[in-house]
Amino acid sequence: MTKFRWLILFGPLVLFAGLVLFLLKGLGSDPTELDSALVDDPVPQFQAKDLYDTDITYDQSVLHDGPLLMNVWATWCPTCRAEHEFLNELAAKGIPIVGLNYKDDSREKAVNWLNTLGDPYTVNLFDPEGEIAFDFGVYGAPETYFIDHKGVIRYRHVGDVNERNWSNKLQGIYQQLVEEAK
Amino acid sequence: MIRTPLLALMTAFLMVSFVSAEDENTRQFENEQQHETYRQLIKELRCPKCQNQNIADSNAPLAEDMRDRTYQMLKEGKSREEIINFMIARYGEFVHYQPPFTKVTSILWWGPLLILVIGVGTAIALTRKKKAVAELTQDERERLEQLRKSRDE
Repeated sequence: MTKFRWLILFGPLVLFAGLVLFLLKGLGSDPTELDSALVDDPVPQFQAKDLYDTDITYDQSVLHDGPLLMNVWATWCPTCRAEHEFLNELAAKGIPIVGLNYKDDSREKAVNWLNTLGDPYTVNLFDPEGEIAFDFGVYGAPETYFIDHKGVIRYRHVGDVNERNWSNKLQGIYQQLVEEAK
Repeated sequence: MIRTPLLALMTAFLMVSFVSAEDENTRQFENEQQHETYRQLIKELRCPKCQNQNIADSNAPLAEDMRDRTYQMLKEGKSREEIINFMIARYGEFVHYQPPFTKVTSILWWGPLLILVIGVGTAIALTRKKKAVAELTQDERERLEQLRKSRDE
């Protein structure tokens, strides 16, 4: 009976504390950042033209020589402009980044952007209708996919890649993929 | 009192039909049933970009793409289920307004019932205990009687 009494007295308190912790966790998370449905799935099949030279066509095999990043970008996207300089830095460090130009206003604009701001991408995929991006579950730009050496999507980052989130989280994810490939 | 929410609801429905009407003007359906399936699907599918809106409501380019894809797939003879699964494969369970019953979501269904059972159980336990306290021994009753008498005198 005394045990039961303790349960009545402190049970609600414990439940309340649990609820507070649960809600506190929710407070810090961004509801617009969704986990990709494709995590742990191989990259979807696609056919894409080269952004510079539309006579060249690529398929999903360009994403099979990982670990690599695939960055979804467009010239109409201000956050893409903000992260571009940092992508250049990553590329200079030798990190392979495939660019997916997503529903851009025009191909000329995109090419012009890369010519003036620098081109951090090893391959430039051109997706004017957003069909490839649709199969990746892209819902905005920029998004960055982390793809391992088997061509499997392992992580999706929504929003810009910058020095802070790279050193805090993303670099670790990339390093792990590099380790796995050895 | 009732009028204001009702009015808001009616306005909301009106707005939905405006967006849908604009969207549907450009679409050709083979029969009324296909049209109805389309209307249902765009109300049930959630826009990942502007959350808390379905793709019928949303003007986001992504919602437009999703409506286009829904329409295309219906034209190709795909079923309702196939289209929903296609969207879920790309955008996750998030994209469908009817979440499936899984281990994770079961807490949402059973949680309130569990809390109710705990509450009722606690209430019953507490009232029973009070009854037990209220029952006096023979000695105590006599003493109580004496105290009452002494007060009355």
